[in-house]
Amino acid sequence: MSKPFSRDWLLSDAPQSRAQAAWGQRYQAWLAFRRNGLAMAGLVVVTALLVIALFAPWLATHDPGAQSLANRLARPSTAHWFGTDELGRDLWSRLVYGARITLGMVVSVVVLVAPVGLLVGCAAGYAGGMLDRLLMRVTDIFLAFPRLVLALAFVAALKPGVESAVIAIALTAWPPYARLARAETLTVRNADFIAAVRMIGASPPRIVLRHIAPVAVPSLIVRVTLDMSSFILTAAGLGFLGLGAQPPLPEWGTMIATSRRYILEQWWVPLIPGIAIFLASLAFNLIGDGLRDVLDPKQR
Amino acid sequence: MTEAASGRAGEPLAHDRAEARRVRVRRFLARLRALAATAASIPMTLLGLVLVTFLIGRVMPVDPVLAIVGDRAPQEVVERMRIELGLDRPLYEQFLRYLADLLRGDLGRSVATTRLVTEDIVRFLPATFELATAAIILAALIGVPLGVVAAVRQGSWLDQGVRIFCLAGHSLPVFVLGLASLLVFYVWLGIAPGPGRQGIFFQEAVPLRTGILTIDAALAGDGPALRDALHHLAQPAGVLAAFSLAYIARMTRAFMLAELQSEYVTAARAKGLSEMRIIWQHAFRNTAVPLVTVITLTYAGLLEGAVLTETIFSWPGLGQYLTVSLLNADMNAVLGATLVVGLIYVGFNLLADALYRLLDPRTR
Repeated sequence: MSKPFSRDWLLSDAPQSRAQAAWGQRYQAWLAFRRNGLAMAGLVVVTALLVIALFAPWLATHDPGAQSLANRLARPSTAHWFGTDELGRDLWSRLVYGARITLGMVVSVVVLVAPVGLLVGCAAGYAGGMLDRLLMRVTDIFLAFPRLVLALAFVAALKPGVESAVIAIALTAWPPYARLARAETLTVRNADFIAAVRMIGASPPRIVLRHIAPVAVPSLIVRVTLDMSSFILTAAGLGFLGLGAQPPLPEWGTMIATSRRYILEQWWVPLIPGIAIFLASLAFNLIGDGLRDVLDPKQR
Repeated sequence: MTEAASGRAGEPLAHDRAEARRVRVRRFLARLRALAATAASIPMTLLGLVLVTFLIGRVMPVDPVLAIVGDRAPQEVVERMRIELGLDRPLYEQFLRYLADLLRGDLGRSVATTRLVTEDIVRFLPATFELATAAIILAALIGVPLGVVAAVRQGSWLDQGVRIFCLAGHSLPVFVLGLASLLVFYVWLGIAPGPGRQGIFFQEAVPLRTGILTIDAALAGDGPALRDALHHLAQPAGVLAAFSLAYIARMTRAFMLAELQSEYVTAARAKGLSEMRIIWQHAFRNTAVPLVTVITLTYAGLLEGAVLTETIFSWPGLGQYLTVSLLNADMNAVLGATLVVGLIYVGFNLLADALYRLLDPRTR
């Protein structure tokens, strides 16, 4: 008998337990994902971002808030790797701390939105009838606004800041997940295995949580990964418009907003955070693309 | 479509014809019912839109009374204003009042411009319309051929290139692209004009009829003004086009791939048709219907990109109006603009749906 989590154990075609079968499937998905060079590049970038965000205090060369007006808008040099901004703050250190804010916002949105979308969608799809119609009508209304515009209105009603931006993006982001989860639910709703667990006497919440929701999870993961880049862009866009993170917080979009006046002369000051946003968003898109090929081949 | 018609077997028999008529009537009724259901859902969605903007307006921290009378007004003035604005009534009554105002086309007055919000929107909308239309034309002209080429050469370096280009286009924030484009084309190359919609010499030069500068200049027969307007339009429209190009190219590729794998393409090849003819006359024609839908939806989505693009290029459109109002906490203007954007968005979604039904014979 091979050891748990050894290669043989994972690739066994006669799994001894449910866990072994599940881990075997995951391992095979990982092998397929690993073959996609672009997706792996995305994974490397995202991992690097996570490391940067976690170890920001050690990676930053300066205090991200320390101003030095004598040394403002300096060119990149050995002392300041990416130069300094309009208040003489070190751009590299601000970017490093900015990774915390950007990733923090994206993770908060996902944590808020994905479970809500999943549960609402599965419940609506399984229950059917009035509840289904009502919930779908509500998603219709939220889908009737472009995301950024609705987020802008929400932020205006709350007050500009990181928390409001997260809430606004979350409020505008959940309906597509509910739709997706509902569509997945409808495909298995009348399947035999659902009828079987119902006959055994499983309660509706148990059926939804334990038997229907897991079916919807893979396509939801793909969608969430692909959407992370759009969350990054929306958060940065809100920051750029002055409605997201407020200065002096080193959020990337906010950094561009405060330094965009210098695009004509010291162009690297606004463009470097722009490149950071681009790389982060591209990395999530690459991962999402790779995951879609692995987990959801029918949508290729 | 003609292939399908000519492929039908000979004349149907008499009782077949009666049966066919019954089927046709039944189908017609089913379509009517589907249409009625869609039509019934529109007012519900619109009502929802209004309710959302209304509720956003009620939870805001800015007190509408203090915004008008100022925070040093005596208590009785504040109280009188509160009653005048109907803020002492229950929420549902306020909503009905808001709805009634809306039906009369009254969105309130903007605190910043002191004009009616509807007037402002009528003033700013044409500029956004001009920008978005130019952008979608550019995006479709470039994106569709790119997608077709990528599908035809599936797996080649060209396909990979288009794929990476699409992902990059999808990941690039439109405001960063706008800034970079200003830097390259305006500062370094000096071939693009600066931000704004008109050169300083052309301001007020052309009588405004439609509010769309290129059309107004053309109507006035003013060549230099038209050139100036196009010159100013090119850069923001290009940036906004890049925003949607990636999506259009990607969808075109997917649709074309599906068509190229179908049997009628194999049949056409077996018949000895030229590859050009197969691609454009047969396969591409069948992707036209879903493509029209995608392009219409993308057009609506440009409203979102327009908010950021207009801010970068000082383009006096609805997007800039919205952001300026936001920063001034000018709630009437914000909610009015949001509502109008929502209405346009819903309108385009319905249009996409209607076009799909109209163009695709299978939905008949």
